[in-house]
Amino acid sequence: MKEILSLRDVTYTYTPEEADMRKAVEGISITVNDGEWIAIVGHNGSGKSTLAKLMNGLLFPESGEVRILGEPLNEENLWAIRSQMGMVFQNPDNQFVGATVQDDVAFALENNGVPFEDMVVRVYESLAQVKMDQFLNSEPHHLSGGQKQRVAIAGALAIKPKILILDEATSMLDPQGRMEVLSTVQKLREETQLTVLSITHDLEEALLADRILVMNQGKKFTEGTPEQIFQRGEELVELGLDLPFAMKMSKLMRLNGVNLQGEHMSEEELVNDLWTSNFNK
Amino acid sequence: MMEKMIFGRYIPGDSFVHKLDPRSKLIFVFVFIAIVFIANNAVTYALLLAFTLITVLLSRIRLYFLINGLKPILFLMLFTFLLHIFFTQEGDLLWKWQFIEIYEEGLRQGIFISIRFLVLVFITSILTLTTSPISITDGMEVLLNPFKRFKLPVHELALMMSISLRFIPTLMDETDKILKAQMARGSDISSGTIKERIKAVVPLLIPLFVSAFKRAEDLAVAMEVRGYRGGEGRTRYRQLKWDWRDTIIMVVALVLAIILWLLRS
Amino acid sequence: MDIQLQQVGYAYAKGTPFEKRALFDVDLHISTGSYHAIIGHTGSGKSTLLQHLNALLKPSEGSLRIGDLTIVAGKKVKNIRPIRQQIGIVFQFPEHQLFDETVLKDIMFGPLNFGVPVEEAERRARVLVEQLGLPSEVLEKSPFDLSGGQMRRVAIAGVLAMEPSVLVLDEPTAGLDPRGRQEIMELFHKLHVEKGLTTILVTHSMEDAARYADHVAIMHEGTCVINGHPQDIFADEERLAKYRLEAPRVVRFQRKIEALIGRPLAKLCLTEEDLAIEIGHVIREERGNL
Repeated sequence: MKEILSLRDVTYTYTPEEADMRKAVEGISITVNDGEWIAIVGHNGSGKSTLAKLMNGLLFPESGEVRILGEPLNEENLWAIRSQMGMVFQNPDNQFVGATVQDDVAFALENNGVPFEDMVVRVYESLAQVKMDQFLNSEPHHLSGGQKQRVAIAGALAIKPKILILDEATSMLDPQGRMEVLSTVQKLREETQLTVLSITHDLEEALLADRILVMNQGKKFTEGTPEQIFQRGEELVELGLDLPFAMKMSKLMRLNGVNLQGEHMSEEELVNDLWTSNFNK
Repeated sequence: MMEKMIFGRYIPGDSFVHKLDPRSKLIFVFVFIAIVFIANNAVTYALLLAFTLITVLLSRIRLYFLINGLKPILFLMLFTFLLHIFFTQEGDLLWKWQFIEIYEEGLRQGIFISIRFLVLVFITSILTLTTSPISITDGMEVLLNPFKRFKLPVHELALMMSISLRFIPTLMDETDKILKAQMARGSDISSGTIKERIKAVVPLLIPLFVSAFKRAEDLAVAMEVRGYRGGEGRTRYRQLKWDWRDTIIMVVALVLAIILWLLRS
Repeated sequence: MDIQLQQVGYAYAKGTPFEKRALFDVDLHISTGSYHAIIGHTGSGKSTLLQHLNALLKPSEGSLRIGDLTIVAGKKVKNIRPIRQQIGIVFQFPEHQLFDETVLKDIMFGPLNFGVPVEEAERRARVLVEQLGLPSEVLEKSPFDLSGGQMRRVAIAGVLAMEPSVLVLDEPTAGLDPRGRQEIMELFHKLHVEKGLTTILVTHSMEDAARYADHVAIMHEGTCVINGHPQDIFADEERLAKYRLEAPRVVRFQRKIEALIGRPLAKLCLTEEDLAIEIGHVIREERGNL
């Protein structure tokens, strides 16, 4: 698998004057391969948002290196690299620049000097990809949070990026909005093998990823597939994360004398284990 | 949800007037305001009035909205009308009661000035009722473009305008939310002494300001991430198209001006 | 304090071309001391409904009784202000309402508005800061210097400081991480139990409603379609589906278990803990039968 983005021993602090304050992120090394979905999870204040900013050149590390698309990120190649990355932020309103949906999607295209005829096509195609093509002339205050975030995704897709970063993009949404956004991103990956980096504390979102990176107090706590990560159980709860429902039930059932082979991530597995370990004697 | 009627709010439609390019509408209104002062007799004022009413019909805007637009200045209209009625004392005496004297010229001038107010308000209202704020911004941006050479930051002003416009409904919703939250804690802007009421505005303004600054910061980051680096090298998604309708109303403006000039006394 | 809504309807911008109906024919009774969950999709009228509870909005049709005060559509009502103190509403993202120079002053804002003496208001603030798990140092800080989670607690303290008899919570966990969500909900549960606060929870979370509420009302497209006990409401998944709602995870899992063992469990479990206990019983029975 080819590396598309990496951080090598990156450290950053917002308060360099205060030597004894904990750094925002310290000694972080991550490798993201082309086409992967990586989730970065952690409690509020663990450094996950700082990572997102470092990955997009909004912040530059005080030590260590950020490499994107084969090059170290610096002031010279920043804009060229940005034109290959899309980013969706947490607040659906505070990233909606355009007067209408189609104006907003065109914003990045205008910034990149794309000719008018191409813009029209790309705006429509991007909106169709997120199923918002019926809302071309809608104004933002008539849209739900989920719809606005989908427009933001369309805006990112319009420049045909190689990497999509979702910075807590579902945190402020209601369950329906969250579902709309996550299924949109899932579908996109099926269709285009887009590399996705999602920063979240939402369990459902993390479970969709190929790999999860757990942050704690500015450092990388652990890394692995969802199955590997959630096996750690209680440790994660202390870090402010949630466990999948099936795992919670597994633990509670064991406490109540039920035999189980292991702690399961899916309800189906749990039900099967329940049967084979307790009824099928 | 403050879906209240605001003076000059845009109502979508597809009338002749709606389909005009904002540039021609802006130029027309500008010119019209000047033309209005050419009129100075019954014939010219009647012509102005007729022209305005035709424009209203062409725009297919419901009279309700135009009358609403008149409301804010109704008092002023009435005031100047009465001013003329009672104090312009030329021409024949029409009516006398005790010390109140109403002369013909007073009545004429009163009516003329009222018509002037009416047509000005109606025509400018039609501009804002048939042209979305963003179109108006686009029109102004293109019209002001030549001034770039005089260091006028036209692109930046237009972008500021368009972002502000986009946020007006959002900010109104937020104001409503904050107001309700503070009212739920016993804050009351509508009663008490002047001093108390001014104090009660603070818990409304401060959160609004704080949130506005946060929005600005978030927005700036989002814009940067999306490649915004200033106006250089940007292309335009929203294109303006000048067609036969726009040329017609420019000609109409010219013709109207000429006719009024010829008919004035 | 009892709250009763009878055939309440509400339309925004009534009488203008922009009229928009938000509520119609809402009948709802909140009894003193109950924990009432109001569930519904965005657009179901939940927010409009809750603004009626402390008379921020007055009904266009119908009437409502809040304690001793009766508000009838179309009639002027006097003496609304005391209601605002008795019904405390914590709006969504309450940290957005913070404004004062210090946390202490912000929390005191509410009680001072209702004539509570300064010493008492200050006392309440100090007690609440501790109850809400905040270090006492925050009292002298500016609310804007705190973290998001701390700001939210300060905002909640500001409402509790008025010592209302009814607490209305509009999606109190919105935007919080899992630990934050659990802490806040447990906090409100504790207050409900210790202070006997009538609690109204407006939420999207079927799980929270199942865990904490003793009454559930479902709002759909502007009216209250179902009202009853969680056991009855969450048992009928078909009915919930009609309103595009699902039963809580626990209930759905219980159904899977019941399908597996071929018979229903002793009761409908509304929390994971209860379900685990019931499953434990079933297993022991099974072993006993062998």
